[in-house]
This record gives sequence, structure tokens and C-alpha cells, in this order.
Amino acid sequence: MSNTTQLLRFITAGSVDDGKSTLIGRLLHDSKSIFEDQFSAISKTSEKRGMAAVDLSLLTDGLQAEREQGITIDVAYRYFATPKRKFIIGDTPGHEQYTRNMVTAASTANLAIILIDARKGVLTQTRRHTYLASLVGVPHIVLAVNKMDMVDYSEARFNEICTEYLAFAAQLGLHDITCVPLSALVGDMLVERGDNMSWYQGTTLMDLLESVEIDHDVNTTDFRYPVQWVCRPQTEEYHDFRGFMGRIEAGEVAVGDEITILPNGRSTRVKEIVTYDGNLQRAYAPQSITLTLADEIDISRGDMFVKSDAMPQVSKELEAMLCWLSEAPLDKNRKYIIKHTTRMVKCLFARLDYRVDVNTLEQRETATLNMNDIARVAMKVQQPLVFDTYRRNRASGSFIVIDEATNNTVAAGMMV
Amino acid sequence: MSNPILTHLDVLESESIHIMREVAAECKNPALLFSGGKDSIVMLRLAEKAFRPAKFPFPLVHIDTEHNFPEVIACRDKLAADLGERLIVRSLEDSIKRGTIVIKDPDKPRNPYQSVTLLETIAEFGFDACMGGARRDEEKARAKERIFSFRDEFGQWDPKNQRPELWDIYNTRVHPGENIRVFPISNWTEMDIWQYIDREKLHIPSIYYAHEREVIRRGGAVIPVSHLVQPKAGEKIEVVSVRFRTVGDMTCTAPVESTAHNVREIIEETATTRITERGATRMDDQTSDASMELRKKEGYF
Repeated sequence: MSNTTQLLRFITAGSVDDGKSTLIGRLLHDSKSIFEDQFSAISKTSEKRGMAAVDLSLLTDGLQAEREQGITIDVAYRYFATPKRKFIIGDTPGHEQYTRNMVTAASTANLAIILIDARKGVLTQTRRHTYLASLVGVPHIVLAVNKMDMVDYSEARFNEICTEYLAFAAQLGLHDITCVPLSALVGDMLVERGDNMSWYQGTTLMDLLESVEIDHDVNTTDFRYPVQWVCRPQTEEYHDFRGFMGRIEAGEVAVGDEITILPNGRSTRVKEIVTYDGNLQRAYAPQSITLTLADEIDISRGDMFVKSDAMPQVSKELEAMLCWLSEAPLDKNRKYIIKHTTRMVKCLFARLDYRVDVNTLEQRETATLNMNDIARVAMKVQQPLVFDTYRRNRASGSFIVIDEATNNTVAAGMMV
Repeated sequence: MSNPILTHLDVLESESIHIMREVAAECKNPALLFSGGKDSIVMLRLAEKAFRPAKFPFPLVHIDTEHNFPEVIACRDKLAADLGERLIVRSLEDSIKRGTIVIKDPDKPRNPYQSVTLLETIAEFGFDACMGGARRDEEKARAKERIFSFRDEFGQWDPKNQRPELWDIYNTRVHPGENIRVFPISNWTEMDIWQYIDREKLHIPSIYYAHEREVIRRGGAVIPVSHLVQPKAGEKIEVVSVRFRTVGDMTCTAPVESTAHNVREIIEETATTRITERGATRMDDQTSDASMELRKKEGYF
């Protein structure tokens, strides 16, 4: 791995029965990311449990409770690298907490691998996983048709599954989908092509992970810069220095650019782009920088710098898709807190439009929200938020809801 | 105009800076845990990148087991002084004097007791957030840790009841007495750390580089001889070229045999090693499959 490799974050969706853990184990194993001591630890455990072969799924089981019960209860992160890229896998379990965990892991992913058992084809859970990936706006989808060894490596079976899946995905507005036939057990089309599927002309899964274009996964056009922290050193050398620190969440900025500060709407120009490594002429998402401005304007954390050619919305009323994460159901009579970019505001639920049945995608009426519910809602906030639709801009279209009494994160929201 | 390609180190660095600034902005009284080890040295550089030209909006804190390698302590003091930042050191000895730590065997590793002094230090200064240099690739209990990890009044971590963490919107809210542990380099691997040390030309303690050292071999591990570890009957002292991959308690940190004299050579060795960082070097994590998880539940980092 060189100093110029890119970072790709992906998730795997599917159940243990689909060979998900075997798939991850094999990606780690074939990219030589499993270490001898890890391998010897899981060999010992497999033996203790009376298993015939080493259970690669043990590699992704983190906590004592899980090891005792043999289940995964949360999102775990795995790391591996090839000479071309560094990878972070968000590994999510496949049982009842699924919606909440998958939404969490998918929120930072560039790519989702939706795993299918070739014998079973497109199932309800495949549709659920795909819907959640589309809801959270994962930019790239890979349909991994696994266990091809169990269907005689049949090209016809593979094509049949892909046709059905692509038709379903098109309804959700998903277009960047690649279908790959696999045998995670044998290793065909993961890292090596194998000899069994010469009819398949596409890339292996690893080639795909190494080459999928991710430069445009963040919005590169609409400059969005939420102010995180105001830097006032008040030293002799930096007596009048007032720097606005933050991370460019979308687009780019150059010295001399005219910017607008929202929500108050005043405009000024960028004087300097300051970094520890020296001043820059131009900076891009997702760089963390410090901006100084041509005019003295009262600016604090929570304000957003934008450019006038791409203005966001500024409003106290929001419409959003919400995923309820908390065991305690929504109490519509209570106020909650929204954290959106660098702003925290109080909010009220004005309306629950409908709940989505994640298995059938049907919209249903609902009076409250329970854990794992996905719903369309209308909310009112105490101070205006500066936002975009989630589809247009993941960073300025996402928020979390916090329960003021417990301080727990109770919901994830996406502006529509 | 299209964006220049940001490398994985650029992206990781920006993520860490973003996290540190969130801590500074939203937590009332944060601290940065700094031991003088390589991960915390990377944390210091990230803090410089996050807050210069101003001073850090938090002090550096070290919980000293007094089982540390002298080279590491010297590096800790030098770096803090060079940066002109405030360093608070609290020692396990203070807790022992207070009677809150009772040591049964003075030669045994002191890591399990660090939690006590850490929690006492948090209470003494009223810290509501402590940033640490732990990474998810270090250990499997850490792989499930949040970047902002909530701890109750007893400093305990409840792995089954963690706050969901979505996008990079962090929930920093705590009630009085509770606190948050923050891990800005969660997503970095051992390799990323070495590549960053190389890129940033960071000064690290000399014992990370290959050097001749007196060691004994005990239970498959190479153990450094020190005033705390002496050969038992039948064990013989050898002089071997070694380097440390982690630097913790002298009684439980083993070096690896190595001839890597500079960062580039360490990167090459890291790329080809077949043993994990802690697997090679931490005897305390190998007591049971869940050692780290149990320590963390009690308030350890």
C-alpha cells in the first residue's frame, strides 16, 4: 500500500446463511489480512465448539456476549488493504435489530454488497436490504450472487436473478448496480476468477472494490461549510486573527470567492485558507481547514458558509424520512433535540405521514414510531436550519434526533 | 474543476480533525490522554492541525503506571514542552497511597489498575470528555466501540447499550458525572499510523526502532529485562536486536525481533508481518478471549 491509496467504506448485507461471514473472512484471508494469532485463536474456539473446519465468521464476532450466544449484536468495523485501496467494512448482523444496524453502517458507506444465495434468488430480505441501501443513499450497489457452486455455476440462473433484481432496484431509483456471480466457499470471483465461470466477462468482486469510482460520492458542486469552531488565538503574533474552522462538506472554495453566511444571509469574501501545512489557494471536500474572511461579521458555530450560485434551504419546517432507533417509542407530545451539521436545535413532531413496511415497501398509517420503523414525518424546529435534500447532499441533508431526558440518539433523519 | 484525489491518509486526517473540533466545541471540559506512545504522538499532531495557530482548548493528561519505559516518558515530556501545552500527570502511586489501589504483586502488570487512577483524575478535574488514541483494528472489543463512547457515572462501558452513531454527526451530550471517551483515530490502522509518522516526520521514542536489548524468552514471548523483570532460575539473558510495536507497561510489553532502524523499514516489516500488533506484544490481552472487553467495562480505555 502506498501513500496515495484511496479509502473505500463498504457494508455487507445478508444473513449468515447467505455466506456473509465466509465472504468477509475470505476477503480478509485472500488479501492476507488475517494474522496468524487471530487465525489460531478462532481455530481453537472452533475446535472447542466441536466444529469440523475453522469458522471464519468468528473473526467478525467481537464481544463476549456474542461469542457466548453465537450471534452478532452490533455493527463492527473491519479494516484491510490491498496495494490499490484501503477498505473499511461495516459489518452488520442479520436478525431483528437489522434495520437500525444497517442504517447505521450504511450511513458512511460508499458501497453496499447485497448478498444473495443463488439457490434462493431474490427474497424479501434482499428487497429490505436494497430499500435500506437506497434510503440511506449508498452510492454504489453490488449484487453478489453467492453459492454459484450449488447451482452448477449456471449462467442462466445468474441472469434470471439479475434480471429480477435490476427490475426491482429500478423502481427504487437505483442505477449504479453491478451483479457478480460468486462462490465465497470455493473463492471463485472474489479475488481469483477460478475456472468455473468462464462465461462471466465482468470483474471479480475485489477488482470492483478496488476500481469503483468514488470521487463523486460527495457532492462536488454545492459549497457547504458548517462552522465548527471559531479560532481566536489572542496572542501577540495573531492578535487580530479570527479563523472559522470546519470541514468542507461539499464542493470547493478558493481565496477571493464570495460566500454567503447562513442563516443571517450576509456576504463577504474568503481572505485566506489556513492550514497547519501552510495556506492554500483552493480547498475541496472533505478537507478540514480554517477560513479567514475579508469583513468582520459576527459568526458562530452552527452558521453555514455557502456560495450564491448554489443556495440551500433555510427553514424552521422540515420534511424527512426518519429511522427510529430507540427502544422507547416516539412520544409526540415531547420536544426532542436535532443535531444537524454543527447546529443543535429543539424540535417537535408536527405530523407522521406514513410508515414504510420494509418488507413490502407499502405505506401504512401510523400513530407512533417504534424501534426499526422507517417513516415520513414533518417536524418544526426552534431556530432555522440550513439544509439540502438528502438526495442532493448527504452531509447537509442528514440529522440525528436526541432524547433530551436520556441524551440517547433515538432517530436518524434524512431531509426530503 | 474536479477534485484532486485525497489519499486515505488525507481523509483519515480530516476525519480526526473534525472529531477533535467537535469535542472542543461541544464538551465543556475535555482532555486529551497522552502517553508518549506512537498513537498518542499522532494524536498530538492532529490536535496541532485542528487548533493552530491557537493553543489546544484542552490539557494533555497522562495516567502513569510508573512501569513505563524511560525513553517514552522522556519523549512525553519533551513533546509537551516543545508544543507549550499543559501536561497533567497522575500516577498509580497516588491511588496506592490513597488506598484506592491495593497491589497484591508488585511485579505484575499494572494496566488493570490504570482505570482507577483514570476515573479519579476525571473526577478531580471534572473532565466530561477524554480523547484517546485507541484504534478499532487493535482488538476485537475495540472494533465495536463508537468514536464517541458513552460512559456512565462509574466510568463503565456497556457494549450492548451503545448510542447509535450515524454519518459523522456525533452525540456529545452527557449528564453531570457521566463522561464520553472519544477516539479520533478509530479508523486508523497500525499501517496508517506508521505511514503518517513517516509523512509528518514525527519524533517517536527510540525504542520503536531496532536496538540491541537484553531479553529472556518466556512462554514463547521475548521479554525485556528491566528492574521489574529479572530472569528466573533456568532462564538465560540474551542480547537480541528488537523493536517495540507498542509501548505499555514494561512487565507486559514484549518487543519483536527486528532490524528496522527507520520508519520506512518499519513500514516494510508492518506490511509483511503475520502477527497482530497486540498479539505480538501484549501479554495482558492473552489471558482470555475477552480480557480487553472486561477491562473496558470497568472503565479502561
